[in-house]
Amino acid sequence: MKTAPAAWAFAAPALLIITVFFFVPVLAALAVSLTDFDLYALADIRNLRFVGLHNYWRLLHTPDFWRALTNTAYFVVVGVPLSLAASLATALLVNSRLAYLAGLFRTALFAPVVTTLVAVAVVWRYLLHTRYGLINYALAHLGIHPIDWLGDPHWALPAIILFAVWKNFGYNMVIFLAALQSIPADLYEAARLDGASLWQEFGRITLPMLRPTLLLVSILTVAGYFQLFAEPYVMTQGGPLQSTVSVLYFMYEEGFKWWNLGSASAVAFLLFLIILAVTALQLRLARDAQAR
Amino acid sequence: MTAGRSRRLPRWLTVLVPLMCVVGCGSPAPPHRVVSVWAMGREGEVIAQLLPEFTKLHPDIEVRIQQLPWTAAHQKLLTAFAGEATPDVCQLGNTWIPEFVALKALEPLDQSLARSTAVQASDYFPGIWDTNIIGGTLYGVPWYIDTRLLFYRRDLLAQAGFAEPPRTWEEWSRMLAAVKSLVGPERYGVLLPLNEFDTLLVLAIQQPEPLLREDGRYGNFRSAGFRRALAFYREMFQRRWAPPVDSTQISNVWNELGRGYFSFYISGPWNIGEFTRRLPPEQQGTWMTAPMPGPDGPGASIAGGASLVIFRRSRHKADAWLLLEFLSSAQIQQRFYQLTGDLPPRRSTWRAPELAGNLYARAFREQLERVKPQPKVPEWERIVTDMRLVAERVVHGDLSVEEGATDLDRDVDGMLQKRRWLLARGATP
Repeated sequence: MKTAPAAWAFAAPALLIITVFFFVPVLAALAVSLTDFDLYALADIRNLRFVGLHNYWRLLHTPDFWRALTNTAYFVVVGVPLSLAASLATALLVNSRLAYLAGLFRTALFAPVVTTLVAVAVVWRYLLHTRYGLINYALAHLGIHPIDWLGDPHWALPAIILFAVWKNFGYNMVIFLAALQSIPADLYEAARLDGASLWQEFGRITLPMLRPTLLLVSILTVAGYFQLFAEPYVMTQGGPLQSTVSVLYFMYEEGFKWWNLGSASAVAFLLFLIILAVTALQLRLARDAQAR
Repeated sequence: MTAGRSRRLPRWLTVLVPLMCVVGCGSPAPPHRVVSVWAMGREGEVIAQLLPEFTKLHPDIEVRIQQLPWTAAHQKLLTAFAGEATPDVCQLGNTWIPEFVALKALEPLDQSLARSTAVQASDYFPGIWDTNIIGGTLYGVPWYIDTRLLFYRRDLLAQAGFAEPPRTWEEWSRMLAAVKSLVGPERYGVLLPLNEFDTLLVLAIQQPEPLLREDGRYGNFRSAGFRRALAFYREMFQRRWAPPVDSTQISNVWNELGRGYFSFYISGPWNIGEFTRRLPPEQQGTWMTAPMPGPDGPGASIAGGASLVIFRRSRHKADAWLLLEFLSSAQIQQRFYQLTGDLPPRRSTWRAPELAGNLYARAFREQLERVKPQPKVPEWERIVTDMRLVAERVVHGDLSVEEGATDLDRDVDGMLQKRRWLLARGATP
């Protein structure tokens, strides 16, 4: 009987902090999302109107919001597998016993994660330049006509995906590397004695042993990629033709540029629900796969 | 010997007493009147160099300057307003004034102006002065001005057979066509970055119809004038006189004008300094500025720039006005121009030799007599941003001019819904 108050006392500071810094702001944001809080309401609170679910209803009827959602979905569906593949491939390479200067490569491949996004964006803007960029220069040698990477609405998002994958794969690589190093070496030895090929080793040992890590990494990456913002913000400002506006970018403009905090909060809640649903789906799929 | 020694003051006292006098009696009483000023970007750096003279005139007023970067200024001002921490005096972009008036954050200045001899409304360019008047009340004094006009390559225009810059859209079209056929498919006549609304806004503001109707209750983009402006804008891309790019894809506009990638560029006064600095000496004779051509004769342009305002919550309004008068005086404005290259809003300042003798500034002097303010509603920035997005889709061929104008009116009417509600309640937004 006495343990309960003691436990509450120990948990109280953390609970208090979570309440003050998480639950209260979230509830406040939920309340704001049901109003038309804007510049006029900031001037005089009597200009605030309770609008119920109107913000949500209106967002679902705004073509620009759907475009932002489509762009974000495109970014997640293409970007996450690419990013995971790049991370896993580089982790395998760096982990290989044949790897030369593994420490150097590990650092070099991790470097993009720790460099400033704005600085590398400047470099990438030059790389992607239509007339002077290195990428188009290389493509020209393959006989491919110059691509207007950041100016063509069809190519801008792929360019952003490329940039984001390059910027972020190092982080997951390190997690994969740790997981790879925890796979017991005798499993591989036994497999080799049984005459398994490299592909069989990868498919039968490495991948199954990595499954928990893969699940964790994919959940983190999906949640992170849904919150795409900084890359288009520094590279294209959402252009050309709104082709790189993500949900978060849309929310930023709605809230901090136009000061429509009511509708921006509604965007935030919609994005939260989407990420929650996708994560739940991922966990469900992972559980089903394990059950089989 | 001992007596003689004791009669004289100890030597350390002969040093200490005057020293105490210097420290204690010599320093003036600390100024008890403080005026806080927020200024942005380069102006924020320069304002400190102008202040010693103000302190000489008013030794009992202390001016505290805070510099804000332009990118964070709007956000910071709104936060300061919400947190009741606004400064006494602030530099404010004149398109932001309606927004801060809607917040009831600014002090009306009509009474101070009526008593003032230093600030004379009639000496200011009327279009610029007008941007500071909201609902008949004055809320700011123009500090420097900004507008848009043509920067062009004289040599390329001459090669194409034209000695003078264009006065009308029709002349301009003929020049663009001639330059385009001269320079070939890889180069262009004019640069109109698709991510900037300035050029289309200038073309639109030249039209007789206002951009909003019924006191800013509804959009007026379906008017014949706006559709004409949008059609001309689209034509410049359709005929490949302008490359369909945005400014992030042009790494260096100055070099590109020097290389002749385009022959006309629509920009503001800061680029006089940039072109002078960045183009090599042998190319300095090849570029010039010209006033905006209009639909049928010399056209208007936008009245941009920044004003000095006093916040309503300030407790030092009289002192703040003294500072405003000081910064608006012709002599200080000349120094300000030398330090920043920002163009002064007063006609009398333009008689100074540095300005009257600057060839590139002449077109600005002419243009300034023909500048028009943008519609004064707090939603305006969002409206022009939407105008740019719709124009981009029209240029891209996704929408016709008619559809673009209709879409724009529908969007803008939605943005102004709350304003209409406020006006219907009898409130002044």
